[in-house]
Parts: sequence; C-alpha cells; structure tokens
Amino acid sequence: MRIRLHRFQAFDILNYIVLAAVSLLCLVPIWHIAMVSMSGEGPANQYVVGLIPIEFNLSSYANILRLDKFWDAFGVSGLRVVLGGLLNFLLTVMMAYPLSKESVYFKSRSVYIWALVFTMLFSGGLIPSYMIINELHLIDTIWALIVPGAVPVFNVILMINFMRQLPKELEEACLVDGASQWSIMTRIYVPLSLPVIATVTLFSVVGHWNSWFDGLIYMNQTEKYPLQTYLHVVLASRNLVNADQNSVMASLTNRSAISAQIILASLPILIVYPFLQRFFIHGIVMGSVKE
Amino acid sequence: MKITKKDRAFFHLLLAPGMLILFVFAYLPMFGIVIAFQEFNPTQGFIRSEWVGLEHIRFLFELPDTMQTVWNTVEISLMKIVAGLLVPIVFALLLNEARIVWFKRTVQSLVYLPHFLSWVILGGILIDVLSINGGAFNQVLATLGIKPIFFFGDEAWFRVMLVVTDVWKEFGFSTIIYLAALTGINPALYEAASIDGASRWQRVVYITLPGILPVVVLMSTLSLGNVLNGGFDQIFNLYNPMVISSADIIDTYIYRMGLIQAQYGLATAIGLLKSLFGFALIVTSYRLAYRYANYRIF
Repeated sequence: MRIRLHRFQAFDILNYIVLAAVSLLCLVPIWHIAMVSMSGEGPANQYVVGLIPIEFNLSSYANILRLDKFWDAFGVSGLRVVLGGLLNFLLTVMMAYPLSKESVYFKSRSVYIWALVFTMLFSGGLIPSYMIINELHLIDTIWALIVPGAVPVFNVILMINFMRQLPKELEEACLVDGASQWSIMTRIYVPLSLPVIATVTLFSVVGHWNSWFDGLIYMNQTEKYPLQTYLHVVLASRNLVNADQNSVMASLTNRSAISAQIILASLPILIVYPFLQRFFIHGIVMGSVKE
Repeated sequence: MKITKKDRAFFHLLLAPGMLILFVFAYLPMFGIVIAFQEFNPTQGFIRSEWVGLEHIRFLFELPDTMQTVWNTVEISLMKIVAGLLVPIVFALLLNEARIVWFKRTVQSLVYLPHFLSWVILGGILIDVLSINGGAFNQVLATLGIKPIFFFGDEAWFRVMLVVTDVWKEFGFSTIIYLAALTGINPALYEAASIDGASRWQRVVYITLPGILPVVVLMSTLSLGNVLNGGFDQIFNLYNPMVISSADIIDTYIYRMGLIQAQYGLATAIGLLKSLFGFALIVTSYRLAYRYANYRIF
C-alpha cells in the first residue's frame, strides 16, 4: 500500500511538471518576442536577448507608431472589426430567429436551412469568388472585407440550436397577449439569447481582426491593407531586404521593429483575452453538447 | 399556436438580406465554376469567354506538380489530424489528474492563447524563435550540445514543424471539448471503482476512456472533412522556396497559379475538383458522425 502511495505521488509531481512545462511552451515564444521588442537594437540583432529585455527601451514602438502606414492599417482593421462585427451580429439574429421556428409553422424553413447548410459543404473556390468581387467593383473597398462573410453560417446554426431549446411556452404566452413576432423576437428571444449572441459576436470580431488573406487579394493599394495583411507583407519581405540596410523597408524589418509590430498586432487580442476565454469556452461547450 | 400570413411575411423579410448575400457571395461563385471549362478572359466575362471543355482538367493531370500537391495535402492533413486528436486527449487526461484548482485554471488559460492569434503573428514568432541563425530554440539546443537545426529550411523538418506548430496552436482549445466530456462522467462510477479496489490507472482505463469515447469518435469523424485542407494560413505564412516541393498544398497551388500567374481556368479546375472531393468527404464525415456518435448539426 505504501509503495503504491509513493508511486502516485511521484506520478503527481511528474504530472505537474509536464503540465507546467507544456503551458510555458505556449507562453514563452510570445514572451521572448515581447522582450526582444523592448530591447536595444544591438542586442536584438545579435540574438542575445532571452526572457528579460537588454538595454530596455521602447524606441522600436515609437518608430512604428510614427508610421502613417501602420496607422492606416490599424484604422482599416478597426473599421472592419466594428462594421463586420455589427453586420455579423445583425444577420445572425435576423436569420436565426425565423429559422428557430418549427417547420409546421414556417414551411419554407427547411428550404432556407438547406440553402444555408449547403454553403458549408460546397464552395465555388478562390478564383470564382475573386471574380465576383471584381465584377461588383468591390476591389479596394472595405466592403470586400466585410460583405462576403457577412452571414456567419456556423454562428447562425449555433444560434438556431440555442433558440430552439428555449421553452415554447414563452412564445405562446406572448401570442396569447397579442404580441407581434417583432416584439417576441426583440423583447424575448434576443435578451434570452444574449450569452450566445455575445459569444458568436466575439467569434466574428476576433475572426475579423485576424483575417489577412482577403486583404491581400482584394486590396491592390497597400494603404488599404488591414493590419494583419500589412504585417504579413512586412514579415514576408524581411528576408529580401536584409541586404539593403538603408531602405525604408529595412527600418521596418530589423528584428526589434518586427517584434514590436508582432506585439502591437496581437495586443488587442491579448487585451480581450480574459473575456474571450470565458465566452469561448461557454460557446464551444454549448455548440458541441446538445439536447 | 397561431402564426399568421403576416408573421410569415415578416420571417421572409428577416431572411431576405442574408439570403441575398449568400446568393451573391456563395452561390454565384458556384456558377463561376464554368471558368474551369473556359479560356477565361476577365474582360469578356463568364459567358463570352472561349469554351475549352475538359482541356484544363486533362492538362492538370499532365503537370507533375498537381499530384505532388495532392499527396502533400493528404499526408500533411492526416498527420495533423492524428496528432491533433491524440495530444488534446492525453493533455485533458493529465489535466484531469491535477487536483490543485488554481493550477488547472492557470494551465488552461495559458494553453488557449495561441489559438486566438493569427497565423501571420504566430508565423512571425515561430520563424524568429526557430531560426537557424541564433533563434532562441536553437540556442537552447546548443546548450544541450545539439547542433543547430534548420527547422523551416529542411524539407523533412518543415513537415514535422507543420504538424508540431499546428498542434501547438490548437491543442489547448481542442482540450476544452474533452474536459467538458470528462466533467460529464458520473462521479459515482469512480467512487464505486475505488471501493472495489481499482487503481488510478484502472479507473482511467475502465471509466474515463470509455466515458469520453463518444466525443473522441465524434471528433475523429468530423476531422475527416478536413483531409483536403492541409492548413493554408499556416503554410502560406511559414513556407519558402527551399521547402516548396514538400510543403505545397492544393490551396497554395491554386493561389499561386490563379492569382499570381493568372491561369484562371487551370486554378478554377483544381478548385472544382477539390470542392467536389471535399463535398464527398464532409457528407461522409457527417454521416459517420451521425451513425457512430449520434451527432446532428440540427
């Protein structure tokens, strides 16, 4: 018995060590880059910075924050997060509410549902989608980043599932009292679904902040890039310009400048991270466990 | 319950804007697939461009790169799927054995972090940390007496790193699902097993694992739908000319061929084949998920 007890304790200690090591593995690379960004250019370029800054200074941040290009990109990202998040939110509620009704009362429901689900199963692919955006003259406009993904199909389905498990008696009571569908939706269903709405809206806001590929293909003018696209282009060019140290691009792509830009682009996510965590866990569990 | 004609009209009205957007941005591109059978010229549009039938599809299979990218995609995805299933399960089991609550919470908060950052940011971080010229990880290896490794410049290592970094980004988030399943197991089962003298290991094998098996089955069947994806965002932010032959996947191939080289017909043709096979895979995975895990999206 005693031997067994010892083995358990040994396992526990080992387990805590493994768990701590794995967690640190998720944090340390980001921490390291943050420390490089706060170090002097010399130590950064010589790769001597570890987990604490050397020659601490914030000049690389000051340099980046002086750049119009950076602020342009930041503005585009901010705008798409606000507009895109709002549009996603509105369309999710507008589509989920009617589709949460029983097919008996709303016969076209199954047709709509199939139209919705089919878009998750099959797509026209990159080139035809690009051509449509091009034909509609949305290239180089913020709408190219917002409208194509305005209906977040997966979120709509999450919402439908949530609304369907709200008690039917609520709606019946309202109908008896003569309430219209509009007021049932806005006064009963939307307030009751608020936790899920918050979850899916955060889903789409983070998605908008992190999107970069649409910016790369739909924006020809670089000043219209969202921040992540801007960062992608800066990062992709860092190997090419190292030889030419005097160019403007080189001042953006030295190691401390790159690190500062990486941290600045992650900052909004790191700030909302505590909320994300709470909501997302809630959301993913709600989405995966039904009945 | 009474739903009047007026109410139904209201429902249609609510659905109209979303449906219009889906029609334009999801369904119209499906018709745009005709480009795959044309010598597409953007100035002539979808209808007046010259029709070439199956010419593009025939030519695709003559290109040596095509089959290479398909195999790359399938191999990379399968490795990611297997690792992406195993690591979160093991991690959830280990975390479940830890008893100190604040420790568990802290661990969870830290391991979700990479999930919320984009591949642009993570690519930037990883290329720096794993660089052969002084990258932090190679410095750590050097103190252990290991020679620097060219993680993103060596074809074999690049593949390994695709799997490792993908697991690194997503395992924490996937763990949530298994932890949720673990909390659903009836504690009485563990108590009964302890009274009967079951060891900790036996409890894991005979109670915990069967308890989470339905979720494991569900996640495996659903992951099947991803076999042709391979992870565009990740690869596009990490790859470079040195590793392109082993890292090029269908999506990166389509991007370069279609939007860089303007071979619209060819790129659409690959996209069409990918969509068709992808459709079959997703439908199969949903059917399997329904059959073996009783999962329905509605």
